[in-house]
Amino acid sequence: MATIQLNKLTKAYGKAEVIHGIDLDIPDGEFVVFVGPSGCGKSTTLRMIAGLEEVSGGDITIGGRRVNEVDPKQRDIAMVFQNYAIYPHMSVRQNIAFGLYTSKLSKEEKAKRVEAAAETLGLTALLERRPSALSGGQRQRVAIGRAMVRNPAAFLFDEPLSNLDAQLRAQMRIEIKALHQRLGTTIAYVTHDQVEAMTMADRIVVMRDGHILQAAPPMEIYDNPVDIFTARFIGTPSMNIFPARQADGQVSLTDGAPSVMAGVRPQDLKVAATGTGMAVSLEGVVTVTEPLGHETLVHFSTRGGHDFIATAPGHFGASPGDTVQAQAAAGTVHLFDPVSEKAVGRA
Amino acid sequence: MAAADTTPATAGLPMPKIRPARILLWTVLFIGGLLMITPILFMFSTSLKTAGQIYDLRLIPQSPTFSNYVKVLSEGDFFRWFLNSSLVAICVTLSNCFFDSLVGYTLAKFRFRGRQFVFIAILSTLMIPTEMLVIPWYLMASDFGWLDTYWGIMFPGMMTAFGTFLMKQFFETVPDDFIEAARIDGLNEFTIWWRIAMPLVTPALSALAIFTFLGNWTAFFWPLISITSSELYTLPVGLTSFAVEQSIQWEMIMTGAALATIPTLIVFLLLQRYIVRGVMLAGLKG
Repeated sequence: MATIQLNKLTKAYGKAEVIHGIDLDIPDGEFVVFVGPSGCGKSTTLRMIAGLEEVSGGDITIGGRRVNEVDPKQRDIAMVFQNYAIYPHMSVRQNIAFGLYTSKLSKEEKAKRVEAAAETLGLTALLERRPSALSGGQRQRVAIGRAMVRNPAAFLFDEPLSNLDAQLRAQMRIEIKALHQRLGTTIAYVTHDQVEAMTMADRIVVMRDGHILQAAPPMEIYDNPVDIFTARFIGTPSMNIFPARQADGQVSLTDGAPSVMAGVRPQDLKVAATGTGMAVSLEGVVTVTEPLGHETLVHFSTRGGHDFIATAPGHFGASPGDTVQAQAAAGTVHLFDPVSEKAVGRA
Repeated sequence: MAAADTTPATAGLPMPKIRPARILLWTVLFIGGLLMITPILFMFSTSLKTAGQIYDLRLIPQSPTFSNYVKVLSEGDFFRWFLNSSLVAICVTLSNCFFDSLVGYTLAKFRFRGRQFVFIAILSTLMIPTEMLVIPWYLMASDFGWLDTYWGIMFPGMMTAFGTFLMKQFFETVPDDFIEAARIDGLNEFTIWWRIAMPLVTPALSALAIFTFLGNWTAFFWPLISITSSELYTLPVGLTSFAVEQSIQWEMIMTGAALATIPTLIVFLLLQRYIVRGVMLAGLKG
């Protein structure tokens, strides 16, 4: 097991710098998820940690050792790729054992490790099969098995669940999380799916345009996003952001020059809520309703043309065209600076 | 209703359309096939004729005889030529599979300055006809003392631009993730090529092997020029010894040619799916 440290890490392709001096400490045994939109630099960062991309500036240390110029094989890390990268001409057993190709372990010890990894991942019955005879989830497990047998200091996952369907993805999320809890190995995991990030991470690193915007535990990011981008990126559906004026603890939507940008999560914006101490009160025409069973997502548009998503009880009667009122309680409205887009407090 | 019930089940199905374009296509293909198979049939037919029946153009000989085969196999150096051809074709094929793959892999999977230039330079040699290269080859072989040696026959074909191009195209289809995963697993670059990349391009490798083997098995021009000793003759060159001035033994030439065709036919029949696939994927004919 090992700590991973990134110090002023930069990456440039020619004159174009894509990672702009990021700093991050990943303590031993932590499950860190890098999340951000396509092109934000999360995969590039992971590939630099793996040694598959050269570092343009700054340092990477793994287990206290500077590894900038160290070959991937000598970094004591294992990586699981988006497309599994399991070899089609080898059986499951051979694929898993391939992780130990250069190991000096005895044949018996290698076989024992392969069997153990297969058992942990539920692959024992499939050991003699070829990858073409496996489902997507099974293939991903083989890729994880190949990484596991090496007993590495850290695991790197590069969007490993992107090719799986929603149901399988949910299942594999739980399996990977359980695996981490069992092994306790440091994991750096890249995804563009904020649900994966929220459900799996000990700590989420939100990236944009080669910068780290925020690195914090999932609920900390959900509750206290540092800026509008992070606020919108984490949480489903996205946070409603609107130009507002603030007065007497009340936030009101404005079409003029805003004093703040206000953000309220759909879960906090309740349709037909009544009561005192409401920080925001909005009225609009329903455009779409999405019944989810336990609640209904209500999309509505205000007179000024601002779109919002609010929540209503599961059995919600309004239809498109109806006028609804939605309110958010005090303390649930996030305030951001309209220029810098940084968080400035709550209302 | 009764009438409808007795109607055959197929009556409602539309008649398959016979398109004129399709008829034309099949006709052209049939004529093309016929043109290609006719010389081969005549070769086998002639090999079963006596010297006196050579100019009898009937496809099926009046009195077929295997005496030519007995004569070719028992007299002369047919087996020696056969072994020479086998040695040359096998060595050149193995060499091509190794070097063309290695260069193709390098050009497909490594990013280095001048990579595109090297590739274009290799490709451009495809445009130079063999006839133009023969004199430089000859001078080179002469300078190095390679004339009239096995190496002298083989060296021009030990690596080819076509093979490099074919293998590069295929290696580009191997996902980079495979290569990178192997790098992280600790394999060196040669082992990655050999253990990971090569097994994934087996169809291309097979196609290259077949093209190279067939090309070298039937090679005539360069072996004819570079060899003078009859014990080094390859089959195509050896068969010319049946044609001396004013006495061309067509039945013997055709018998030797028929025998020489057998290995290539076996190779083709065994591996034809790779040949077709290789041609389709490379977009070229070997």
